[in-house]
Amino acid sequence: MTELVSSSQAPSAEQADAAWQRVQRARHPERPRTLDLVPRIFDDFVELHGDRLFREDPAIVGGPALLEGRPVMVIGHQKGNDTDSNIFRNFGSAHPEGFRKAQRLMRLADKLGLPVITFLDTAGAFPGPAAEERGQAEAIASSIKLMTGLQVPVVAVVLGEGGSGGALAIGVGDEVLALENSVYSVISPEGCASILWRSPEAAPIAAAAMRMTAEDQHELGIVDSIIDEPGEGAHTDPGATATAIKAALLASLARISRLDTETLLATRYARLRGIGVYRESDVGPRAALDEPSLRRRIGRLLHLPGVPRRPRWSEIWPSGDDNNDSERGA
Amino acid sequence: MPIKFPFSRRRPGPTDAWTKCPDCEQQVFNRQLERNHRVCPHCGHNFRMSIGERIDLLLDEGSFVERDAGLESVDPLGFFDQKPYPDRLEAARVKTGLREAAVWGTGSVSGRRVAIGLFDFRFMGGSMGSVVGEKIARCFEAALVERIPAVIVSASGGARMQEGTLSLLQLAKTTAPLVRLDAAGVPFISILTDPTTGGVLASFASLGDVILAEPKALIGFAGARVASGTVGEELPEGFQTAEFLLEHGLVDLVVPRAELRVTLGRLLALLPPAAVEEGWDDDERRWGPIGVLSGIAEKLGGAVSETVGLDVEGEPTAGNGRSPERAAEQTLERER
Ligand SMILES: [Zn+2]
Repeated sequence: MTELVSSSQAPSAEQADAAWQRVQRARHPERPRTLDLVPRIFDDFVELHGDRLFREDPAIVGGPALLEGRPVMVIGHQKGNDTDSNIFRNFGSAHPEGFRKAQRLMRLADKLGLPVITFLDTAGAFPGPAAEERGQAEAIASSIKLMTGLQVPVVAVVLGEGGSGGALAIGVGDEVLALENSVYSVISPEGCASILWRSPEAAPIAAAAMRMTAEDQHELGIVDSIIDEPGEGAHTDPGATATAIKAALLASLARISRLDTETLLATRYARLRGIGVYRESDVGPRAALDEPSLRRRIGRLLHLPGVPRRPRWSEIWPSGDDNNDSERGA
Repeated sequence: MPIKFPFSRRRPGPTDAWTKCPDCEQQVFNRQLERNHRVCPHCGHNFRMSIGERIDLLLDEGSFVERDAGLESVDPLGFFDQKPYPDRLEAARVKTGLREAAVWGTGSVSGRRVAIGLFDFRFMGGSMGSVVGEKIARCFEAALVERIPAVIVSASGGARMQEGTLSLLQLAKTTAPLVRLDAAGVPFISILTDPTTGGVLASFASLGDVILAEPKALIGFAGARVASGTVGEELPEGFQTAEFLLEHGLVDLVVPRAELRVTLGRLLALLPPAAVEEGWDDDERRWGPIGVLSGIAEKLGGAVSETVGLDVEGEPTAGNGRSPERAAEQTLERER
């Protein structure tokens, strides 16, 4: 399997700089947030609150809105614009109740046949003890599952940071659009750098290695199309940014809305099922090879207790000596 | 049809007859540890298990057949940190004798056929990239087509960073088939072992119709260090253990390893796939999907039978519907 050793190389300093610049723009403190853009994109919007289970989570906002006269359901992460609002919004990092509010709104959209439009802008789901106690992983998992089966068109737009599971929880769509300076990643570049480079200072290199820019995500097939930003970035002209997003949304919805429900769901399923790159060689179903060891042969002959009839899978895949692994996932 | 394993390795000679328990620090005979399902006889500490040991623990002897063993990871991003991703893969293969961090196949538990997926944490932290996601999705799809329960035994640090968002999207890829299992009335039992965290917990592993966990297993969305470090909060006693999740209503049962096979067998007997009307298609080797209540199966494609009804007055009648037990019996008969 040596052919798998590819010509991969560490990202160059230039690549790291370029990726890091995108990350900085995606995190720009003046970058327009969901609630800055919604009134500019939609004709009407009523924000609804609460998950009906525990509390209102201001890190996720949502409600029905009018897009060119047509009702839709809008859901998005909400970061703040200054320290106070960021504390109120928990920097856009949702607790389980935020995702459960999103689910509630999606179910309403499903019931009434409204297309769902989501805006992604979060560093990630909140990792605190309270979030764990209330089932953060379950909330994200359920949200993802619900989105895969919604019987209405779903369009996700990455506005700023598409941070891991907390982003994907409202990011499963028939089409995924991304602003030019947005990023999307499986883990924050700092987190990735801490684990794989053992230093958060390697974040720019990690950002380049993960290929998290909108352009890279488009190449990888995670993002369907990129929305150009005005000038030096969305923060320089929120109005023009909103206009560009609106045009992209209308085009996207026009494409998806042509599909009947059956085709819509089949297409979404095929899209998700098709994500991933791998090689596959044709190996048929494999049972354990019945090649009895001496112990097993004697044991069988004499009907000794405790001697298995067949090779045990633990002989084929045994435990190793070391069970510690510093490598991990996100 | 037994096939030789070109990539597996036989058990190496015991390099050390003893293992020190990390919990009670007692020395445990390796042979004793194996006989005791890798549970410390002194303090009950659960040592991690290989996929092979899990199969022997849970499935009927000789029943497991591995599927899709030919799936192999590639390096879609050209990922390079301290060393190239392909080198990490190769090192993990040598260390574990596995091709990837997960294996799936079919087998039986107390005579009941299941589609089962299993993780080995030693293979890059049991992390989920394209191949692991593909295996889990195919496991669920096989359960759907054959109308047999799905079982996944998780042990994973989460999504595999080296495949970037391709790994992140495996959360959705592995979760989408569960909507179809719901519509078709096929159960999924999720077994969480030490450790199950990150993206695996934030997808299919948290969505079992029944969720079992092993005692003291570390189970959580974020690493405990992250959880306290980020927030600066004091962590509650037993934070992110299986028992903590049970107390907070997030898992159904904490099951000691010695009872896991029996508990799984009982649950499979109590929660068989929903009864379907007569409609076994020998050519297709599968039951047609049913369209009870939701109609989702219909929308997901495939021929849909009439609504299923059980004769509530007397014995289940052929033609109109079947009792769940009868359906299970017939399914078993088909497989014999
Ligand atoms: Zn011990």
